[in-house]
Amino acid sequence: MVLDTVLIVGGSLAGLNAAETLRQEGFGGTIAVVDGEPQIPHDRPPLSKQVLSGAWPPEKATLPGANADLDLTWHLGRRATAVDLAHHRVTLDDGSSLNGEALVIATGATPRRLPWMDGVGGVHVLRTLADCLAIRDRLEAGASRVVVVGAGFIGAEVAATCRERGCEVTIVEALPVPLERALGPRMGPLVADLHRDHGVEVRTGTMVDGVATGDDGDVTGVVLAGGEVLPADLVVVGIGVAPATGWLDGSGLDLDDGVLVDANLWAAPGVVVAGDIARFPSRRFGAVLRVEHWENAIQMGQHAARTLLAEAAGADLGALDPFDPVPWFWSDQYDRKIQLAGRSGADHEVEVVIGSTDERRFVALYGKDGVVRGVLGWNRPRHVMQLRHLVDDAVAWADGLAEARALA
Amino acid sequence: MKVVVDYDLCESNAVCMGIAPEVFEVRDDDFLYVLQENPPEEMRPKIEEAVRRCPKQAISIEG
Repeated sequence: MVLDTVLIVGGSLAGLNAAETLRQEGFGGTIAVVDGEPQIPHDRPPLSKQVLSGAWPPEKATLPGANADLDLTWHLGRRATAVDLAHHRVTLDDGSSLNGEALVIATGATPRRLPWMDGVGGVHVLRTLADCLAIRDRLEAGASRVVVVGAGFIGAEVAATCRERGCEVTIVEALPVPLERALGPRMGPLVADLHRDHGVEVRTGTMVDGVATGDDGDVTGVVLAGGEVLPADLVVVGIGVAPATGWLDGSGLDLDDGVLVDANLWAAPGVVVAGDIARFPSRRFGAVLRVEHWENAIQMGQHAARTLLAEAAGADLGALDPFDPVPWFWSDQYDRKIQLAGRSGADHEVEVVIGSTDERRFVALYGKDGVVRGVLGWNRPRHVMQLRHLVDDAVAWADGLAEARALA
Repeated sequence: MKVVVDYDLCESNAVCMGIAPEVFEVRDDDFLYVLQENPPEEMRPKIEEAVRRCPKQAISIEG
């Protein structure tokens, strides 16, 4: 197959890394990039931290690849509404369409919303630069009582940033343990403790019924189940995201909480998928995974691009190395840097191997089925990186504990 | 090839150390140290990977 034009739908981290890799590997054809946001794509992690706090101007968070000389044809502020897989044709929301020989699907995910949010001033989600600036504007206009709904990483980072700006902050979490899914039942509560140390009220096991509004339609409070009202002039809802697959309905792709792909991120002839939207089979973890981490988006973008080029060159895709890295993410809250390499889970063993949770500077290992599955660090970046291989090599639990303790 | 780290941006995530421990080392003080400012040319792909995967975009290559 001759590849003249590659369409990349979604120009954020995964899509942009696919573009960069295509160019690095020598692809000289047209790369058209469609993205729903109106401006050149931004890096998202600073949107809950440096840009929200006002420490960085928004331009500082532009993705470096967006300015690199990649000769991309941008279609900004346009959303894909439908796709014809057989012809690699994408319909856009202005009724126009784009054609190519190959397609990279990287439309990411969109924040889940609650039914009472719509049309209420001062109630926000955080995903895009526009979301970030709307929240920041509200803070700069004097918002001082903030309620964060959802104690996930986005919510926790927003809470920390608002608290550091001097706001009164309450986090409301429906589950009894915050971050249980990400960090497990033993480590999750430490995040709540960290916030309480900084004067944030953390209410777990608490459901939200709706909002109270003033005459101007702006939020004045968050109504909890049972009727209690938490006064608020800014509410940020961080209750997770849903993969942005709406435009793929009826396309023939296998959609199930994301787009199902094979071990090379391939979904159909000339169609690859990368980033938050992709659900891939991980041999390492014996599960089909959808990973929403920053680094995963980069690695998937790279891998997806190589898969496309290999397919176009007629290579046997089954002979390629499968996509199966050790996931890794970080979250900065106050002066703590939380990092997890690998995975954790409610059913995993967990053991602190370096430092102590009391000093909030430690390393813990997660284990399951007799092997190390995850390495959690709080202000221990060096050790997390040194121990990441325990997950990569599926080192036996006892051996992993011994190796980690020897670093202490 | 010269490796340049913007220490105003660096937050010691240690991703670079995971990719090229011969060049990057985050020590117990949580600061990043560049062990070889002018690494050999054959290390360029690894350094480029470290540049790309740095969460703070704090690393660059001159030359």
